[in-house]
Amino acid sequence: MITQALFRALDKKAIWIVAILLAVAIAVPLSNLMLPDGHPLRLPNYAVPLFGKYLTFAMLALALDLVWGYCGILSLGHGAFFAIGGYAMGMYLMRQIGTRGVYANPVLPDFMVFLNWKELPWYWYGMDNFWIAMLMVVLVPGLLAFVFGFLAFRSRVTGVYLSIITQAMTYALLLAFFRNDMGFGGNNGLTDFKDILGQSISAPTTRAALFAASAIALALAVLACSMIVNSKLGKVMVAVRDAESRTRFLGYRVEYVKLFAFVVSAVIAGIAGALYVPQVGIINPSEFDPANSIEVVIWTAVGGRGTIVGPIIGGILVNVGKSYFTGAFPEYWLFALGALFVVVTLFMPKGIVGLIGQYRRATTKREQHDRTASAEAEAGIEPTNQPKPAE
Amino acid sequence: MTDKTGTMLYLDGVSVAFDGFKAINNLSIIVHPAEMLAIIGPNGAGKTTMMDIITGKTRPDDGQVLFDGRTDLTKLDEAAIANLGIGRKFQKPTVFESHTVWDNIEMALKKPRGVFATLFYAASTADNARISEILETVRLLNRKHELAADLSHGQKQWLEIGMLLAQDPKLLLVDEPVAGMTDAETVETAKLLREIAKTRSVVVVEHDMSFVRELGSRVTCLAEGSVLAEGTLDQVSANPVVIERYLGR
Repeated sequence: MITQALFRALDKKAIWIVAILLAVAIAVPLSNLMLPDGHPLRLPNYAVPLFGKYLTFAMLALALDLVWGYCGILSLGHGAFFAIGGYAMGMYLMRQIGTRGVYANPVLPDFMVFLNWKELPWYWYGMDNFWIAMLMVVLVPGLLAFVFGFLAFRSRVTGVYLSIITQAMTYALLLAFFRNDMGFGGNNGLTDFKDILGQSISAPTTRAALFAASAIALALAVLACSMIVNSKLGKVMVAVRDAESRTRFLGYRVEYVKLFAFVVSAVIAGIAGALYVPQVGIINPSEFDPANSIEVVIWTAVGGRGTIVGPIIGGILVNVGKSYFTGAFPEYWLFALGALFVVVTLFMPKGIVGLIGQYRRATTKREQHDRTASAEAEAGIEPTNQPKPAE
Repeated sequence: MTDKTGTMLYLDGVSVAFDGFKAINNLSIIVHPAEMLAIIGPNGAGKTTMMDIITGKTRPDDGQVLFDGRTDLTKLDEAAIANLGIGRKFQKPTVFESHTVWDNIEMALKKPRGVFATLFYAASTADNARISEILETVRLLNRKHELAADLSHGQKQWLEIGMLLAQDPKLLLVDEPVAGMTDAETVETAKLLREIAKTRSVVVVEHDMSFVRELGSRVTCLAEGSVLAEGTLDQVSANPVVIERYLGR
């Protein structure tokens, strides 16, 4: 059953993406670690975590695309799941600091000592164990998405209204995480990490490993998403997107279809967040900023929603652009981003990938049209009511 | 009203009001197994609202709606009612345009509708044969790989009828099936519906009188949310009240 589903998922496009990601997962660390300094093909040390960050953003965009592009749920709060995954990883990394912190407390992170707390809050227990922390990376975003989605979809909140409440969700979390009492470091968040799994977090080998982990995680997410969208459930998801009530009258429980997509998507976003944090070295409440979530929507739209490769291309390209722009003309970045969104919405509604598809379809359609027109002319029949020759 | 047992659809004293306007007013209708009923009536007579009530989209304020003589439909939602065996074709053909003709039928095919059952679904040979058979019936087999969006209006109507068949319902509710069809297609559709009605109950809402004549079924005329007249088409169209209120001058 599952092998069959996996086999179906491995269509040509997905194989290509996975192959490229695995090649990158090997090539980037090799180039950084093995080639001597000054070699033209050597990737500088700063570039490895930077590219790793792009990959986690691509994964976040892919997660959003699963709900937006395929199921029609425009979530404007997906940054929240990313940030929660990041916080779970951050908690683990904080516990690894141990006595190397400013206050040298073996158990309490610095900010808790500073706040005069005497013991660890209950929800920090066990987070010094990597595997428990990883479980939380998956579980907490998934659970939040489940509860939120269950309530929203069962009440048939759709369209703009759903977008607004997802936005409210991430904003509420932003405000909550700003509070020192929450026990997540308040305004400053969690930072000053030292080790991950006993390895120094800033060592080139660790960075290379984190990069490879990001590429592999993204490849696995591509496989999972491809398996879902190529299944009959994936077709039902698109059906929900295009004609929700029709799907209901066919006997499908639309709310559960949406809930499934939403939870899977939140889990992928959480994992992306967990890979993001050790590579940038900090997680703070600004990750919950509604503007961040909206930016993810732009990446997905630019790349092409409703495709697997689109959001990955969009997530990487827009962020490469952002890195360049914020360096070269920092004051113009937001204008560029806004203009990008307007241009994409107006001129390429299906994004970069759609543009390629549009071009390809236009040429084949023209050929096909010429062919049928001449065939019909020869047969001397009306073009209507006549089945077109099968492709 | 009369005996509920042995009926496929039983509506008794059903009323629903929207903002004080009585869309359905004390409506009573019975459909027997393997019977076809044609419903005619002027715009605003409540034909579509009646379908909404049967399929769970609208809840009646009052009255009884029973399926198969025992299941109370007013307590169930759309998906549950669809899974009981009630299929609905909409007035405006609604097929899944970004899916192929084949996939449209495959999604409608009577199979477990759960999330995980759907995720791990793999079409069996029997399923494929059934889909081909349905496509053959609605004459879309040679277009199975095309997107539903590329079909003509009439073909979309047929695809939707095919989806209804795939659901294998006991009761079909068909809202204006021949709108936008050519005369030849209309005759074919009537033939198809008559064929279906040999084994299933069919309720057809239609304006096209020549089509209703083709159906050759019992006719009910609705007006202002209740039954105006019942009988054969000739009886109903000879009814002076029907002539005055609907068929017109």
